[in-house]
Amino acid sequence: MEHITLLIGIVIVTALVFDFTNGFHDTANAMATTISTGALKPKVAVAMSAALNLVGAFLSVEVAKTISGGIIDETAGIRPEVIFAGLIGAIVWNLLTWLAGLPSSSSHALFGGLIGATIVSVGFDAVNADKVVMKVLIPAVAAPLVAGVAATLATRLTYRLAKGRDEKETAKGYRAGQIASAALVSLAHGTNDAQKTMGVITLALVAGGVVAPHSDPPMWVIVSAGLAIAAGTYLGGWRIIQTLGKGLTDIKPAQGFAAQTGAATVILASSHIGFALSTTQVCSGSIMGAGLGRKGGVVRWSTAGRMVMAWCLTLPAAGLVAGGAAFLADQGDWGVATVAVLGLAVSGGIWLVSRRKPVTHDDLDEVGERQPAEPAGVVTAALQAVAPPPAGTLPAPVSPVAVVTPEAGRAPAAAAS
Amino acid sequence: MQIDWAALGQVFGVSLVVTVGLVGVFTLGIVGTSRRSAEGAGGDVAAAAPTAAARTGAYACFALCAAAVGYGIYLIVA
Repeated sequence: MEHITLLIGIVIVTALVFDFTNGFHDTANAMATTISTGALKPKVAVAMSAALNLVGAFLSVEVAKTISGGIIDETAGIRPEVIFAGLIGAIVWNLLTWLAGLPSSSSHALFGGLIGATIVSVGFDAVNADKVVMKVLIPAVAAPLVAGVAATLATRLTYRLAKGRDEKETAKGYRAGQIASAALVSLAHGTNDAQKTMGVITLALVAGGVVAPHSDPPMWVIVSAGLAIAAGTYLGGWRIIQTLGKGLTDIKPAQGFAAQTGAATVILASSHIGFALSTTQVCSGSIMGAGLGRKGGVVRWSTAGRMVMAWCLTLPAAGLVAGGAAFLADQGDWGVATVAVLGLAVSGGIWLVSRRKPVTHDDLDEVGERQPAEPAGVVTAALQAVAPPPAGTLPAPVSPVAVVTPEAGRAPAAAAS
Repeated sequence: MQIDWAALGQVFGVSLVVTVGLVGVFTLGIVGTSRRSAEGAGGDVAAAAPTAAARTGAYACFALCAAAVGYGIYLIVA
């Protein structure tokens, strides 16, 4: 690791930051319903999830050699700048959706960022459109459906079978079962997503000529990626946990168990059979399904609608931010520095905005639903914040969609200061 | 464009069967170990404790679920 240039160093740090946001973005997938049914206390739940993420990072030796799964042609001159720009796009989008409390796929953000940066820097030819449809679009539609149907039927069945039993007594069993399936989801998440970051770092190292092509990630990469994702998970994305655990539907222990088991099954089945589905979308779908499966259960479609909108926006939004970042980074060292400063400023701004209405683990004991910020406004604000006006690659923000909320308006202000 | 419908269908089928199956088996385990609530037993004041046979069956159900979890971990590691 002696020949690591400054740029490679920046890419590695950025990749670890992405890994961190990935962790606290996706805690909700495994733990939201576990917390809302009272199976585990919030702090205990995130601690367990973090530990399993860390274990998961070490478990599998099957490293994703191609981080993007062939979506972009990684041999077509992907330089560290491109990876850096892609990561910035993914981080910004992850933070924005977190601010809005919306679960969106971190993997899709990463794909979107890499695609956007590649298009700007290398050209459309380096992006494999077929693969985008195959690996991102179809799974995005299929995942919630598969998980939702499975969870709905499972919920129906379990309520029918346990009819006439004391709800208090059965709840204990359901909670225990839920912990087991949540643990599986956490473990699978650790193996999949920590590996992605390791892949990114390794790719950067290969691009910089530090390690030989096709080599396994060095030990320090595995350790740091595992620690970053675990730290993010432990911090807990309480906003998203609140949305998934309480915002979508009211979850009872039996439903939580059915949803979590469905999610774990779908994730494992899909990754094993080779039709990878996004963890976030699987979990959201199974929670909605469990909500529909109980008699008298309701799904709050307005929240679900916002969530689906965020899913649709993830790829293009992360791509646009990354495209702008790639355009800047291509200008040379000062460009890279500008992107780094802007990225830090936007992240800091988002964090400051989040402080105004903090959501902590204590809030998860309250019942009321917090209204997430309007995603469209947030997106527009982000584009304005990240894209300098002359960057010709970005279309001007479409104003009719943009209802810039006061909170969202703060982000560019903070970035400009 | 080649969409791998077969794999997607397989994921759908396997997920559905395994989820419903596991949840069903686990619920049977819970039913086997829990008492029948007073109303459910037709107005009996004392809730009926599960019989030994029900208990054994329930433990078998839980064991099956534990095996499934073990298989899940195996899939993650492998």
